[in-house]
Amino acid sequence: MVLTGANGSGKSSLLRLLATLLMPVTGRLLWNGAPVRDDLSAYRARLHYVGHLEAIKPALRVRETLAFWAQTRGIGTASVDRALAVFGLAQIADWPCRWLSAGQRRRLALARLVATPAPLWLLDEPGAALDADGEARLVAAIAGHRDRGGRVVVATHQPIALSGGSELRLGDFAVAETLVDF
Amino acid sequence: MLAYFGLFRREILLAWRQGGEIGLALGFFVLVVLLFPLGVGPEAEILSRIGAGVIWAAALLAAVLSLDRLFAGDHSDGGLDLMALSVMPLEGVVLVKCAAHWVMTGLPLVVLSPFLALLFNLDIAAIPTLVVGLLIGTPALSLLGAIAAALTLGARRPGVLSSLLVLPLYLPVLIFGAGAAEASVSGGAWPHLLLLAALSLAALPLAPFATAAALRQALD
Repeated sequence: MVLTGANGSGKSSLLRLLATLLMPVTGRLLWNGAPVRDDLSAYRARLHYVGHLEAIKPALRVRETLAFWAQTRGIGTASVDRALAVFGLAQIADWPCRWLSAGQRRRLALARLVATPAPLWLLDEPGAALDADGEARLVAAIAGHRDRGGRVVVATHQPIALSGGSELRLGDFAVAETLVDF
Repeated sequence: MLAYFGLFRREILLAWRQGGEIGLALGFFVLVVLLFPLGVGPEAEILSRIGAGVIWAAALLAAVLSLDRLFAGDHSDGGLDLMALSVMPLEGVVLVKCAAHWVMTGLPLVVLSPFLALLFNLDIAAIPTLVVGLLIGTPALSLLGAIAAALTLGARRPGVLSSLLVLPLYLPVLIFGAGAAEASVSGGAWPHLLLLAALSLAALPLAPFATAAALRQALD
């Protein structure tokens, strides 16, 4: 699903709600019909969230960063090198993150999606700062995830070359307010 | 367990590679302690009497100085969001971060303290008690400090605000810590040390819950 809408229409807030970083004041968030509050940690283990911020420390190396985030999901670092290759970062895996450009930082944040499995990807402006090659890699990763039965929710105000799926346009604040009422 | 180990390793790596912050806290600790003899004069008896209190007060201030980096970096770069979604409960994240903070700031203060105690002509019998007191009291500084660091996330001047919040909480640690070293000369340090240990042991389960609650507020 692609969430579109103007700045301030609530795309990021909706994604944070879906990620349980915000809790709805009214209504419920359901996963396969069951309230996620009933087993929050199990729901969180099923999702990847890539927000506006990349969670990258300049003092850590590229591989160290990805390995750390894989470990925080309780999973080993076996897929780290593959994830770096998927997003074209293999050659700079030993660089300190302070050397990375904005686009490379974005690729590293997106590589978390591949380093550890999760059926639900929540992506906030994932194409921001990516060049054509980076965007192609992102589209391929999303397509591969969907082919394996995964679900993706992308918030964007820029067109992204995704085939299939549905679009949900958030028009104004009033619409966004009804949408958070799960 | 892998997640906790990974977080601890990362915290130590970051503190080591951004060594300025550890050096700042340690340098501040040493400088404050060294300034006192210049202020109060070189009389050995006075220095011996105030030595333990000065070292404890300097340790408290050095701990406050290093509190800022506990959560602020992860809050501003989005890392805290991901930690909240990790397999670790936020309370566990807090505990590991406090442990790493203590290893990188509290422990070096403990190691340095006997040398500084000698500069103050502290009674030889009091030095082991001072070191043991710091060893069991400084974890409480990291744990209580974490509450203030989390409460002031996003504040305009978090350093000043967290100092105001945390220094009153540090008072019992200061009183029993300095008291233990003084009492050791007369052989009555045990009650002070036990109370100091009680403060750290009480903070160990309680502070992570309070800190995690404050972090959840900051994430909203």
